[in-house]
Amino acid sequence: MPATAWDETRAQAIIDAHKATDGAALPVLHALQAAFGFIADRAIEMVADTLNLSRAEVHGVVSFYHDFRRAPAGAHVLKLCRSEACQAVGADKLAAEVRGALNVDWHETTADGRITLEPVFCLGLCSCAPSAMFDGRPIGRADAKGLTALAQEKPMSGKA
Amino acid sequence: MSARIFIPLDSAAVALGADDVAQAMAREALARGIALTITRTGSHGMHWLEPLVEVETPTGRTAYGPVKAADVPGLFDAKFLGGGKHGLSVGRVDDHPFIKPQTRLTFARCGRIDPLSIADYRAAGGLKGLAQALKLGPDAILAAVTASGLRGRGGAGFPTGIKWKTVKDAKAGQKYVVCNADEGDSGTFSDRMIMEGDPLAVIEGMVIAGIATGATKGFIYIRSEYPIAVGIMTRAIQHAREARLLGASVMDSPHAFDMEVRVGAGAYVCGEETSLLESLEGRRGQVRAKPPLPAHHGLFGKPTAVNNVISLASVPAILANGADTYKSLGTGRSLGTIPIQLAGNVKHAGLYEAPFGMTLGQIVMDIGGGTASGRPVRAVQVGGPLGAYFPPNLFDTPFDYEAFSAKDGLIGHAGVVVFDDTVDMLRQARFAMEFCAIESCGKCTPCRIGSVRGQEVIDRILKGIEVDAQIALLEDLCSTMKLGSLCALGGFVPYPVLSALTHFPEDFRARPRSLADVA
Ligand SMILES: Cc1cc2nc3c(=O)[nH]c(=O)nc-3n(C[C@H](O)[C@H](O)[C@H](O)COP(=O)(O)O)c2cc1C
Ligand code: SF4
Ligand code: FES
Repeated sequence: MPATAWDETRAQAIIDAHKATDGAALPVLHALQAAFGFIADRAIEMVADTLNLSRAEVHGVVSFYHDFRRAPAGAHVLKLCRSEACQAVGADKLAAEVRGALNVDWHETTADGRITLEPVFCLGLCSCAPSAMFDGRPIGRADAKGLTALAQEKPMSGKA
Repeated sequence: MSARIFIPLDSAAVALGADDVAQAMAREALARGIALTITRTGSHGMHWLEPLVEVETPTGRTAYGPVKAADVPGLFDAKFLGGGKHGLSVGRVDDHPFIKPQTRLTFARCGRIDPLSIADYRAAGGLKGLAQALKLGPDAILAAVTASGLRGRGGAGFPTGIKWKTVKDAKAGQKYVVCNADEGDSGTFSDRMIMEGDPLAVIEGMVIAGIATGATKGFIYIRSEYPIAVGIMTRAIQHAREARLLGASVMDSPHAFDMEVRVGAGAYVCGEETSLLESLEGRRGQVRAKPPLPAHHGLFGKPTAVNNVISLASVPAILANGADTYKSLGTGRSLGTIPIQLAGNVKHAGLYEAPFGMTLGQIVMDIGGGTASGRPVRAVQVGGPLGAYFPPNLFDTPFDYEAFSAKDGLIGHAGVVVFDDTVDMLRQARFAMEFCAIESCGKCTPCRIGSVRGQEVIDRILKGIEVDAQIALLEDLCSTMKLGSLCALGGFVPYPVLSALTHFPEDFRARPRSLADVA
């Protein structure tokens, strides 16, 4: 589901839906990020208040995990595997080419806001490396041409 | 005529176009007026042939691969639905030289059945282990699992039966079983494959663990990098609940057991069991000091059996076939079978389940077929990012926990990553340090700071600055990390680094180079 604009009522409903769960923080944060695309400051306050945690604690959780973002990503997220099995078949070179073609470094978003590029450490696709993930869709034996074409053909808004 | 074909839903197959092939098949069948049933299955593990399409014929299934969507009309023209010959014909999977010699116990059903069909699962031998467990009761289950020799497949190789007994003997109102599906090691995908291809085996293993230990609640913590596995496990749990394999009365017995999926958030260290428990409790995944052991004081402070996916998924077959059958396989203290995952620059990449004891050379050269690039093999990293790099002159090492440790290596989760002669082992050593720095939970200084220092030292070696002094520093740093780290992230990073230095010293003294040069 595409991320939508911040909506406090909806955010509270999401938090409330999970608040009775044991160890609710990760499920809540995942759900908030799925809904709004990132974890806003206000979301941290609301999670803290509802789950009876301090804001520092929730902030600590959000910052510990690579998945959670504090600012919106581009319209699409391209993850490239940087781990060893992919390195063995040219992942470093692929990453350099893709960074060059999109003119971004890791964790950056293209100037047109279309693509955010992120490193990932293994997608479990090590037998069809180098591997990538585009908006959650796995890609094996990735090459720079295919990835940049994919990145460019996608529309500006709305996740694929 | 109604025909039936099987196309994997496994992430690796999907990554290579399996969904497109399935769509093209459905479209083409419709256009030709053929009634076609498409069943999505797990993968057989021959990933160089994915997407591998199997057709049901009167004489059994016959396979075609690797199939692209564009090949589909040609396959229909060749009458593949009747088993017709085509350039992509693979023949019967069971006769394939990669499959035939395997001993598939844990992966017996993977690739063969509809992963979400309880009827298929039962027909293919599923639930026999659980039925046996219900007959045996906790003490006899523990005795059988202990006698089988099963050791944890998550990396540490701790005997599963002993861990379970500790949990069973702990007194508490609530106990837990936690399945560790964080599978962060590069080069490994067996947990993913079984979750996608035979999730009911994981559930069955967890229920048995619950009965044996007295735990009534389970969690499976799956890494977020595995969205397909998360979806299939979640649905399989629902099916299992509807079929009363989970719930207040497991298979109409007095035992209660239920479980749920939790999704990680992209932290490698959360595969470490205490960090995983912190994460499940909703905190930063910081490693806990041991003792107390999770078996005594685990999730929410309660006795908890934390086990790897493959450890748990191996238990049903052990109970169904008997401990003796399992322990008759393997070698030394490494008993039973191990799903070896071949990855990286290797011709036949995929999953190969076999008894312990094959040599590394057999695995890489005979089964793997050498490199995919056709160049000579130079290094093989076994056991993930914290595993050692082995050169071909150690290819006689048998795949066995003790044999690998005797050569300063480890089996870990049984990933085997092959590199050809273009690899720069100094860069690999640097990556190990970089990975540790990125993924460190930050609790101990040798890991948190040492890994950053390690990168700096290696950067100087790369540039050719005071190489001898820097190598001495690097060795020092490694011994500090080994001795001073709380967990195996900081503690084992010296394995890849020092093995690179020991076996490939020439790369540490090669011409000065920059990190930005990529071959
Ligand atoms: C840094 C680190 C990462 C780990 N990652 C995993 C993992 O992804 N999966 C896993 O099963 N075990 C992992 N382990 C091992 C676990 O701590 C633990 O030993 C294991 O889950 C126990 O299950 P087993 O006895 O069935 O192997 C990791 C350990 C460390 C130190
Ligand atoms: S070794 Fe590293 S990851 Fe492990 S506890 Fe220490 S700081 Fe955390
Ligand atoms: S190492 Fe890249 S997918 Fe596993």
